Amino acid sequence: METVNVTTTEKATAVPAVRKKRKWTADHWLAAAFLAPSVVLIFLFVYGFIGWTGYVSLSNWNSLVPDWSFAGLKNYLYLFHDFRFQADLRNTLVFTVLFIAAVIVLGQLLAILLDQKLRGESLFRNIFFFPMALSFVVTGVVWQWLFNPSTGVNLFLKPLGLDGKWYTDTNILGGFHWGKIEFGVPVAIVAVVVAAVWQMTGFAVAMYLAGLRAIPDEVREAARMDGATEFQLYWKIILPLLRPITVSVIIIMAHISLKIFDLIYAMTGPGANFVTDVPGVYMFETTFRGNYYANGAAIAIVMLLSVAIFIVPYLISSRKGGS
Amino acid sequence: MARSVWARPFLYALAIAMSVFFLMPVYVMVATSLKPLDEVTLADMWKLPSTIDWSSYATAFDKLAPNFWNSILLVVPATLLSALLGALNGYVLSKWKFKGADTLFTLILFGMFIPYQSILIPLIQFLREIGLYNTIPGLVFVHVVYGIPITTLMFRNFYAAIPDEMIESAKIDGAGFVRIFRYIMLPLSITGFVVVAIWQFTNIWNEFLFAVTITTSDKQPIMVALQNLSGSQIVQWNVQMAGALLAALPTLLVYIFLGKYFVRGLLAGSVKG
Repeated sequence: METVNVTTTEKATAVPAVRKKRKWTADHWLAAAFLAPSVVLIFLFVYGFIGWTGYVSLSNWNSLVPDWSFAGLKNYLYLFHDFRFQADLRNTLVFTVLFIAAVIVLGQLLAILLDQKLRGESLFRNIFFFPMALSFVVTGVVWQWLFNPSTGVNLFLKPLGLDGKWYTDTNILGGFHWGKIEFGVPVAIVAVVVAAVWQMTGFAVAMYLAGLRAIPDEVREAARMDGATEFQLYWKIILPLLRPITVSVIIIMAHISLKIFDLIYAMTGPGANFVTDVPGVYMFETTFRGNYYANGAAIAIVMLLSVAIFIVPYLISSRKGGS
Repeated sequence: MARSVWARPFLYALAIAMSVFFLMPVYVMVATSLKPLDEVTLADMWKLPSTIDWSSYATAFDKLAPNFWNSILLVVPATLLSALLGALNGYVLSKWKFKGADTLFTLILFGMFIPYQSILIPLIQFLREIGLYNTIPGLVFVHVVYGIPITTLMFRNFYAAIPDEMIESAKIDGAGFVRIFRYIMLPLSITGFVVVAIWQFTNIWNEFLFAVTITTSDKQPIMVALQNLSGSQIVQWNVQMAGALLAALPTLLVYIFLGKYFVRGLLAGSVKG
């Protein structure tokens, strides 16, 4: 009890002289000692290594032998003028938007569906959730075959007059010239989005379902008493209540999508004209297959910054709101 | 939506249609993997095998068994160590809070969101330096370190539900840091350990980026081997599908039998507080 009081007085008093001294027992030191290794590891391996990568990205190390001489922003300038990297930025943007939109729409739809007290609900739930237990590599291998242009889903679609080239399609929809590339929606990306949505929708369903279960029945009853139809109930009352969950889903899906590597590497690779290439794949290939370490480091830093835009505000706000 | 007469059948039809979409890849995987070689043609992709032929499993198992074993050697110690570390950190950060503990926690948490590409180049240099590059212990170390944020988060949230009064009264009875952990927290942590262990097991088993950059050939875990299998043109589709099923089997089994805890982990790792 004493410790609790001390903390509150500490916060409440403006004059430090009045402050009671906090009792740091041997146990507090022990607690700190148990936490210390993890803190050191995180500072070294996360923050230290990010700094190191940043340093590599400013160096001339673009061969097998490390060259630490300072290159300034040379590697970044190279990237932003690079056809492949420009294509990567377009693909990541398109992939992220389509992926998140589909996951949210499908996630809400399936969560509401599961909330209707259907018979066999737990079976349906397990069917929607199980892909999350799989590796992106497994997903990639299987969907690579399903979307293989000469087989797969095309065997169904061909009789309907649809004959997709899927991830081998090099067309860019709605394209206009931007830098060195054709900006627009690469058709091939859609195939990868379907696979990613198949794998990750369960995540959104689980979160929305938890949110739906947390809404008290009185809310529904009151709306029904007021004569709201079921559609109005969900559209006007339930979905707005789920908005904070949508924010979480967007942030979690965005960070997965911005750093995606394994699914695309296993399913399509960079693709012709880099129609399915993403920074994660480029970074891997240029660093570990091409030995362009400084370029790879620069890609990694760009990836980190794009993720940080979403994650840092999220972490700060959830710290203020939560606990 | 249960009002009109047609609503119920429509909801079931929708649920079944969505289930077909989610199960379609599984059907293709299983059907193809059981086909004899001469039925693995592009035109017959959606057909059931005429006879069940296990030979593609034998071939896939031959190719993947060493890597499967590597994955087990990786995933067991890495899961246990990171769960233990997470439990200790979560205990300190929830029950022995000090000034700045929450800020420190947020700084730790950031580590689970970073793209690992941004630490990979120094990490590999470091592992080479200490002689752990291209070793299973090296991968264990990496997964334990980068598992700290998520396991700490899960245990911290889990321990937050244990009332502080219990800790306070134990302190009054003269119990210290270690005794409280051993006799109060640990016995209440079984579910926490199950959730965290399942989460780490699944993630480490499925992980690809560290695996493909830190290990080569005979040290590679299963997912890298599966990717190599599917990347080579000469391997037949039935063998690839059998391989994908074998590689997915451990995490699928965990999901089938302990799915409830898997979903709890998912929610614990995404919704904070």
